[in-house]
Amino acid sequence: MAVPVAFFALFFAWPVASIVERGLRVDGVWQFGRFGETLSRPEILDVLWFTLWQALASTGLTLLIALPGAYVFARFEFRGKGLLRAVVTVPFVMPTVMVGTAFLALVGRGGLLDELWGVRLDTTVWAILIAHVFFNYAVVVRTVGGLWAQLDPRQEEAARVLGASRWKAWRTVTLPALAPSVAAAALMVFLFTASSFAVVQILGGSTYSTLETEIYRQTVVRFDLTTAAVLTMVQFVAVGVVLAVHARTVRRRETALRMVAPEEAARRPRGVGQWALFAAVLLSVALLIVLPLGVLVERSFATSHGYGLDYYRALQTPDPSGTFLVPLLDTIGNSLRYAVVATLIALVIGGLAAAALTLPRSRLRSRGGTPTAGRLVRGFDALLMLPLGVSAVTVGFGFLITLDEPPFDLRASWILVPLAQALVGVPFVVRTMLPVLRAVDERLREAAAVLGASPWRAWREVDLPLVRRALLIAAGFAFAVSLGEFGATVFIARPDSPTLPVAVARLLGRPGELNYGQAMALSTILMVVCAVSLLLLERLRTDRTSGEF
Amino acid sequence: MLVLDGATVRFGERAALDAVDLEVADHEIVSVLGPSGSGKSTLLRVVAGLQALDGGRVLLGGADQRGVPAHRRGVGLMFQDHQLFPQRDVGGNVAFGLRMRGAGRAEQTERVTELLDLVGLPGAGRRSVAALSGGEQQRVALARALAPRPRLLMLDEPLGQLDRGLRERLVVELRQLFGRLGTTVLAVTHDQGEAFALADRVVVMRDGRIAQSGAPVEVWSRPASEFVARFLGFDNVVAARVTGPVAETAWGKVPVPDGSPQGERRLLVRPGGVRLVPVEEGPAWTVESRTFRGSHVAVRLRPVDGPPLDAELPLREVPGEGAAVGVEFRAEDVVVLADDIP
Repeated sequence: MAVPVAFFALFFAWPVASIVERGLRVDGVWQFGRFGETLSRPEILDVLWFTLWQALASTGLTLLIALPGAYVFARFEFRGKGLLRAVVTVPFVMPTVMVGTAFLALVGRGGLLDELWGVRLDTTVWAILIAHVFFNYAVVVRTVGGLWAQLDPRQEEAARVLGASRWKAWRTVTLPALAPSVAAAALMVFLFTASSFAVVQILGGSTYSTLETEIYRQTVVRFDLTTAAVLTMVQFVAVGVVLAVHARTVRRRETALRMVAPEEAARRPRGVGQWALFAAVLLSVALLIVLPLGVLVERSFATSHGYGLDYYRALQTPDPSGTFLVPLLDTIGNSLRYAVVATLIALVIGGLAAAALTLPRSRLRSRGGTPTAGRLVRGFDALLMLPLGVSAVTVGFGFLITLDEPPFDLRASWILVPLAQALVGVPFVVRTMLPVLRAVDERLREAAAVLGASPWRAWREVDLPLVRRALLIAAGFAFAVSLGEFGATVFIARPDSPTLPVAVARLLGRPGELNYGQAMALSTILMVVCAVSLLLLERLRTDRTSGEF
Repeated sequence: MLVLDGATVRFGERAALDAVDLEVADHEIVSVLGPSGSGKSTLLRVVAGLQALDGGRVLLGGADQRGVPAHRRGVGLMFQDHQLFPQRDVGGNVAFGLRMRGAGRAEQTERVTELLDLVGLPGAGRRSVAALSGGEQQRVALARALAPRPRLLMLDEPLGQLDRGLRERLVVELRQLFGRLGTTVLAVTHDQGEAFALADRVVVMRDGRIAQSGAPVEVWSRPASEFVARFLGFDNVVAARVTGPVAETAWGKVPVPDGSPQGERRLLVRPGGVRLVPVEEGPAWTVESRTFRGSHVAVRLRPVDGPPLDAELPLREVPGEGAAVGVEFRAEDVVVLADDIP
């Protein structure tokens, strides 16, 4: 457990604490009065209020649209289910910059809706909300649907036999069983949308600002570190509360449920109602997920004189304006290199953390277990999730001001980028590995030991074959989130080697058709990379043996 | 072969093993019998090196095993629920121990074939372990434990999960197999029938200590204490004052075998040692219930005062429920019990 703790202390706690200190301590005196002062400013209150309500609205909307989807994926058997599951997951592993870009292409100025009906939604809150639904659809489908698929339908049948109507049986048997997972999914969505950065930055324009974009603005544009520090603290506390609630619901979910293999519960849709539901879900997936992705691709080919590869070609030549020191195509290589290193770091740190979280458990169980130790483990578990909800901007900026002096003078080093990206990847690795590692029976290792296998050999012979699949899936997710990381990378990526999302954001920030087209082209390339890695993962995945994402 | 010398394991305040002394000779089959929580599984784990001792020693072949990790002890352990490796086929499971010892491929194949024949699953090497029935899994687990030729084979509830008929057949097969191979076996179980059928010697455990140890017949006919008696399923235990060849009890005067301990004691009457006679003198007993048990009928008798008495009667001698009867006891089915260890 020591290595992951040290990693988090050094590359998460320290940078964040330093930023907060720099903002709140002036001439060696803590300025806690700044809290009240800052939090009573009307524009800040507006930001807090908007952050809260857009996150709540996004969460509600996502649940509303995605829960029927979860049902369809859980209970219906149809051709192309695996492919469709991969399709709905693409947005989640897509860089948020690209999510913003895709919606800009759909609802923005000169976007598809603008061309067809003159409708523009960018700089309205609707664009942000829909983009959030697009992004988080998979969280609900995977978390809730995964459990739903394994719920024993005979429980519901038992209720029916006892005289409950179909609806009543669902409400009294299935819903209570699902409720904790719905709550867990809702909290995850809330967390993601409350700390959403790139989407709001791109679609919200100057009109809408969340906590995260405000921290960015205060830090970078206004250089008001005090306000940024106060906002970071507010975010930190809020995320802590949300995670505590999340940990509670996850624990509740560990109550025993009757599980069956997913294949047993799924069948083809029957009757008008079921087919209608099925069609509605397919339609919502088509409109909400396939359409934005499609438009993005279309825009990358649509030049002023018909379709062509102009934008892709432009990516190969150095930028004439000098913003980028290298041809944009190089950013793909940069991104891939960084992501590979970040994945390796995340796997090592996350793997160790997950192993540490499983080990004491099995040891405790044989000794009757103590509640304190269990709480400690869960606390560490929740702690690992913090980087998902805490401002990436703060982390990135924190890296710059803390890791610039010996012994950790890494500011000029390329390793800084993968380190920051790994921070976001670790929670995914832990989430994916943990259920599988917990499922490995300690006595299997003992059986191997008695048969003459040393501890290392036992791990290789028993654990590794069982977790290999989960390990690959974890690696895939870590790779995808590293590839898409934006908030922190935008600070620390060196100008001569920007990553793909950073380049896309810069292109979008500049006027001109060529820049816009190049952004779309780059995004398309990134999407293809993400989609291919995801499809490979989907082949490996089975609902039983992998985590919740 | 195996010597436990004051072996002690504590889980917090509770001692799972409390200064246990036990010896198992070469080629001997020893069954450890006890209720759950009596420390019998801990005993196996200590010998296997999966559980560290808090006191005492474990010796295998005369060598102290302190500091020797599980994978270097050269013992075999068959787990309660088999713990077959799910990602390997039957052959892969059986060959596992041989591979760990660096055996060559040819040797592995040969030994796997030999063992699968031995446990009655010839040609099952390529089958997936998930497709096996409970009894087959048990056989594979046994083959896997035997393959590396362990100097001591330990079985943890070897037949625990199987249904009754299969269990009774397998226990006979196991005993014959171990006899033929000359295996030294230490088995733990909570099922007395299994323990008595399998073992040369039975060890009854209670709260981390050994309550009684001896040949099956000896333990069965002379339970050392009320705990052992009740654990073996005898409920006819009553307080008694023993004077010479007779004991005064709530059930009246009961004859005891020669040389029984004297004074205030607990007394066991085996149900087979109860005979019904016509009511002559003294208070009558009432027949409370009758249960048909195939070769005999179990009858529960209620005295005027005192605990009920179970009797096993031949089929044709059974009176109707509610009948009033007199009772006689046979001295050879009466055991004066030693004091229970606290």
